[in-house]
Amino acid sequence: MKRVILFAFLLFVFLAPVVLAQQTITVGFTVSKTGALNVDSLEQYRGFELWRDQINAAGGIKAGGKSYQVQFVNYDDESNSKRVQQLYSRMILQEKADFLFSPYSSSLTATAAVVTEQYGKIMLTSGAAEEKTYKLGNHYLYQMFAPAMHYLEVALDALKSKDPKATVAFVYEDASFSVAVVTPAIDYAKKLGFNVVFTEAYAPNTTDFGPILDKLIASKATVLLGGGHYTDGSTLARQLYGRKASLKMITLLVAPDSSQWVELGDAGQGVMVPSQWEPQTTFKAQYGPSGADFEKAYIAKYNSPPSYESAGGYACGLILQRAIELAGGLDNNKVAQALDATDITTFYGQTRFSAASSDHGLQVGHSLVLAQWQKDKSGKLSKQVVWPLAARSADMLYPIR
Amino acid sequence: MSGIFASMLDGLLIGSIYGLAAMGLSLIWGVMNVINLTHGAMIALGMFGTYLLYSALTTSPYLLLLPIIGGGLILGIVVYWIAIHWVIGRPMLMSLLSTFAINMMIIGTGTALWSTSPYNVNFSLPGLTIGEYTFTGNHIAAASAAVVIALALQLFLSKTRPGKAIRAVTDNREAAELMGISSTTVLALAFGMGIALAAASGALVSTLFPFTILSGAVYQLKSFVVTVLAGLGKPFGALVAGMLLGLLEGVVTPFIAVSWIPLIEFALFVVVLVAFPKGIFGKAAS
Repeated sequence: MKRVILFAFLLFVFLAPVVLAQQTITVGFTVSKTGALNVDSLEQYRGFELWRDQINAAGGIKAGGKSYQVQFVNYDDESNSKRVQQLYSRMILQEKADFLFSPYSSSLTATAAVVTEQYGKIMLTSGAAEEKTYKLGNHYLYQMFAPAMHYLEVALDALKSKDPKATVAFVYEDASFSVAVVTPAIDYAKKLGFNVVFTEAYAPNTTDFGPILDKLIASKATVLLGGGHYTDGSTLARQLYGRKASLKMITLLVAPDSSQWVELGDAGQGVMVPSQWEPQTTFKAQYGPSGADFEKAYIAKYNSPPSYESAGGYACGLILQRAIELAGGLDNNKVAQALDATDITTFYGQTRFSAASSDHGLQVGHSLVLAQWQKDKSGKLSKQVVWPLAARSADMLYPIR
Repeated sequence: MSGIFASMLDGLLIGSIYGLAAMGLSLIWGVMNVINLTHGAMIALGMFGTYLLYSALTTSPYLLLLPIIGGGLILGIVVYWIAIHWVIGRPMLMSLLSTFAINMMIIGTGTALWSTSPYNVNFSLPGLTIGEYTFTGNHIAAASAAVVIALALQLFLSKTRPGKAIRAVTDNREAAELMGISSTTVLALAFGMGIALAAASGALVSTLFPFTILSGAVYQLKSFVVTVLAGLGKPFGALVAGMLLGLLEGVVTPFIAVSWIPLIEFALFVVVLVAFPKGIFGKAAS
């Protein structure tokens, strides 16, 4: 009898951690805590974090009769793709991550995707809009953002309605995401009948835009579209304002979506940003919290309004959670099948992934809006949705100065 | 005003800061035959020094140049005694490795303290508008400050006793020692002044652009081009060469993409090294 009890005890001691460990889901990702992508990446991370805290507080993800608490493993990638390659390998091989979220930005995600596909791990991407990565025959990569080619379409559509004779310039970061956005946008602008008078790409670490702005002013462009990420975009907006560039419309990628944009003061007024989500966009959520509840919880936790990177991060968690629930557990292939079949509206909007082998995982359900920084009656800057008209919360300010 | 003239004027303004940055490198190179690889890191420390002082005191960053120059001088003298004094007169590789090690220590410490996220000195002066073009007050003030500091250095070197001692040691260290000049003191002072100039240029750059602890590397590279253009060890020539480099950038940017500029600058670097090994001011200065 003693032997049986001893055997049972040893079995418990050795198996208990294994059994208990199965009640935890490990999600791995990197965050750009330092480097040029720091601002946008941090906002995305907060979205991940809020989802994790809320789901754990609600008892975890319930699937197959079990409740799974979510735990994160994450590291600082320093906005550096070499670090991403090392860290995603480490999270998969050493930390045994069950699922992965992407780093922030198309270029870092492209690097991470090579690793996750190599090990057959599911990765949901947020902040990674460039289409190319999803057209390489990947099987476990799922994109939450609307693809890059659609980013500036909303801005050009809005411009067409206001000033069809505008002369347009594109000044943009020479990085995979912004090139993927601007290249089709130039064609789209020409298709709409705009005169594109100036285009120039700048190096990602550019801080002195003076030479480019001199050329922009000489080109007599009335509208500027472009930018890249927060650091370069905010610097470009500051220098445009400092040089009193007489532009009627400025639309920059990513940067103006951050709540930090208010720090630019007058330099930030009127600047527009194509956005994956804004608090004013009201979708009837079939799953997860409403937009108002998400915004309220986010502000309560971080004391600043959520950006679309934050919403995208949270939505990554929601969509993964739903797929695990539908799969009834953590089986990689079953969760992938559930993701393949996803077609749902959350607070973030519609999410549907391409099932075609040519672009598997590409986002085909989500759409963008155009937001603009405007001053309210008290002179305080706030972001308003100005396009499409059906979703607008304020009229578009045009010309901006 | 046409675009090219605006671009040239912009180039001259920024070129004067390239010149100031290069003066420090040139001074150290000329006096002690040391290629100072801490130069970029010291420029970055000047940026962060200005940011921290400006955040604490909220006074004009141009007034903060005085403590930045003073701090740079002291830091330079300390670094001289720690890492340079022991390798003076030994093979150049020794001083290269020594200054590189200090550079890595500063970058590492700076990254730990301030990360590599960008910082801004949020200060702006009213600009000057000519036609459609506006030249920001910060650019004009920074360029003016760079020229004033360069002239002050020139006066110091030509009119003061320590300045003359530096020139004497530069020309012939043994002869200077025979005349009673302590070459060790002079070398320490020259290194301190070189670092002070680097820090001052960093302080001025911080009023124009966002920066990180790694931002000095760009200005260090430009300083090499300017120093070679001016001729090794010719501080005031470096200011003029810096302005010429800025002017060159201003002339070519209307016609080519800005991303091609580094290629042109380093092609010029090679051409000057081959065709004018003593720099374009080499003959006059010698």
